[in-house]
Amino acid sequence: MKCVIAGGNVKGERGLGPGERSVPAEPCLTPHTLSSSPVLGRAVHSLSRIGDELYLEPTESGLSLRAVNSSRSGFASFLFAPLFFQLYEPGSAGPETELFRCKVHMKSFLGIFRSLPSLEKSVGKCLILLKPRASRLVLQLHCKYGVTKTHNLAFQECERLQAVFDTQSCASHLCAPARLLADAVVHFPPMLAEVTLGTGPGGKISLRNYVEDEAEPSKTMVTELWLAEDEFQSVAVTPGSHITFCLKEFRGLLSFAEASNLPLTIHFDEPGRPMIFTLDDTVLEVHLVLATLSDLQSNSQSPSTNGVSHLPAPSDDFADDLESYMVAMETGEGDSERAPSPTFPLHTPWPAQREPEEEKEEEGAVPGTPPHKKFRSLFFGSVMTPGRPGVATTQEVLAEDSEGES
Amino acid sequence: MPFSAPPAASGERYALSASLDNARHLSSLLRAVHFQDHATCLATASGLRVTVEDAKCIQANAFIQAEIFQEFSVQEESVMFRISLSVLLDCLTIFGTSSLPGTSTALRMCYRGYGYPLMLFLEEGGVVTVCKINTQEPDELLDFDFCSTKVVNKIILQSEGLREAFAELDMTSEVLQITMSPDKPYFRLSTFGNAGSAHLDYPRDSDLMEAFHCSQTQTNRYKISLLKPSTKALALSCKVSIRTDAQGFLSLQYMIRNEDGQICFVEYYCCPDENITEAEL
Repeated sequence: MKCVIAGGNVKGERGLGPGERSVPAEPCLTPHTLSSSPVLGRAVHSLSRIGDELYLEPTESGLSLRAVNSSRSGFASFLFAPLFFQLYEPGSAGPETELFRCKVHMKSFLGIFRSLPSLEKSVGKCLILLKPRASRLVLQLHCKYGVTKTHNLAFQECERLQAVFDTQSCASHLCAPARLLADAVVHFPPMLAEVTLGTGPGGKISLRNYVEDEAEPSKTMVTELWLAEDEFQSVAVTPGSHITFCLKEFRGLLSFAEASNLPLTIHFDEPGRPMIFTLDDTVLEVHLVLATLSDLQSNSQSPSTNGVSHLPAPSDDFADDLESYMVAMETGEGDSERAPSPTFPLHTPWPAQREPEEEKEEEGAVPGTPPHKKFRSLFFGSVMTPGRPGVATTQEVLAEDSEGES
Repeated sequence: MPFSAPPAASGERYALSASLDNARHLSSLLRAVHFQDHATCLATASGLRVTVEDAKCIQANAFIQAEIFQEFSVQEESVMFRISLSVLLDCLTIFGTSSLPGTSTALRMCYRGYGYPLMLFLEEGGVVTVCKINTQEPDELLDFDFCSTKVVNKIILQSEGLREAFAELDMTSEVLQITMSPDKPYFRLSTFGNAGSAHLDYPRDSDLMEAFHCSQTQTNRYKISLLKPSTKALALSCKVSIRTDAQGFLSLQYMIRNEDGQICFVEYYCCPDENITEAEL
């Protein structure tokens, strides 16, 4: 795979080297996006907020960069269409071989694009070349003054990383300029984990920090803000609905959207079902899929839980499908935690009715790090351990972090 | 404003006495070589040289020539002593490191000779501080025997082009490899870290290249931890000259313009790393 990303406003750029075709020089960019290398850099920064590994997948429809978090409850993908590049050669897929894909350590990749201002100022062309035989991913930045930075990164082969989601099947859709949402989330503490989006009377949309039930009302700070329907570009929501998602992971996408000046579309459905954020451009497609907190009272699809009743859930409805239950069993030490709110399943359509055997598909993409800690912090921490930053800390622990309690 | 210290007792004259209107002319240069606690100071009629060494592999020298000072007098041919550079810097910046425009700390420095402490008189806004810093027996300094006749490759670059590169060096790499060649890649900085290798290439016709005199292809490796402190000197400088000799010894000379536009120099000498392993590409 080989691709060349046009640079920005850099003078003194050298011409293409031998073997590199060039396309006509006008920027293949829409009015939204300016120079391409910083866009790639910002995408990497966004992805770095999600996971520790960056998956690169060249396809016929473009180069896809993806990341998943360790608890499999957040997935992001940036698809750069061939037009984004000055040159795009995904490589050839034979009848039996697929296009080569790989994953690299996020830190290594991020290090190359660490300084966004300098990317803007001094980087012209960026060349990405995958050398399977040398086991190296080559990133070459052509900078100001004719300087060339070449990074040879080690990569690992990997399975396809894909979260299955369907924006069409979501009941509610919102579209807003990134600026609006950025201005809204600024009111919440930076460390706040979850936030609840709700639809209220008169078409108003609310954002409220999520507070777990056990927290003492008198010691908790609640921030709530309301946005009028006309501040959004489009609103098609189920009245009286609400959904809780991880704000931290969303912030990464939000910075990208703001910088690229693209409107953000939000698709959501019932609590517990994944929430999808999308950004669309002629040369770029961005998706962020986040698992959402399941409602305790809601009657979401009752799964075949296999009668694994030693997970003392307050209600079995908490677990939405078998897969997340399996995850809970892997992750929940001592089996005493409540079942987690569901992660969206990878490789399976939602809702899941599949057999445990089908889990083999995701083996290839399983990162080495044990997920349970982070996972817990997303959905358990908020329920189990009050006193995390962002919520008023209580002196006493309201929920022990070990066996035999609920 | 300069002011004079009381004369030494019994009419003796100081072995070294100097006045400087703006102590920053001295302190900023000393910071550029401050990677060890102690330094050796050598004062001659031409000026002051402050030397810092580490691991018997690296030596940095800051030169503040006599013309920078408002007054500079050395009694003997040369005066040499070892002193705590950390303490010296703390004293020179005793009124704070950030300065309001228009204000500066005035300095008077006196040294009576072997065995005596270095006296500093610092004044800013009417407030005077007197410091006495103990001196020690000077160390024997490394002699890299680096002279212009032995230089194999030499380039002069505008510092602007290197600053970011040095600041972002992959510190997980043990070495910094420097390649200088009359052919491609001309001038290359390479690191071999945990993530993989990284190469930074500067072409000979780059706008940044002020002079390019490479006669032979040389690739040398230096311990990155030893060279990293030179980033401070690079940050202050406007130009840097990079030279290597036949043994692979590296000389980095930084041209620094101070607030008054005067030129000072800082140089770093470094031995090549003995553990040669195959370079990754």
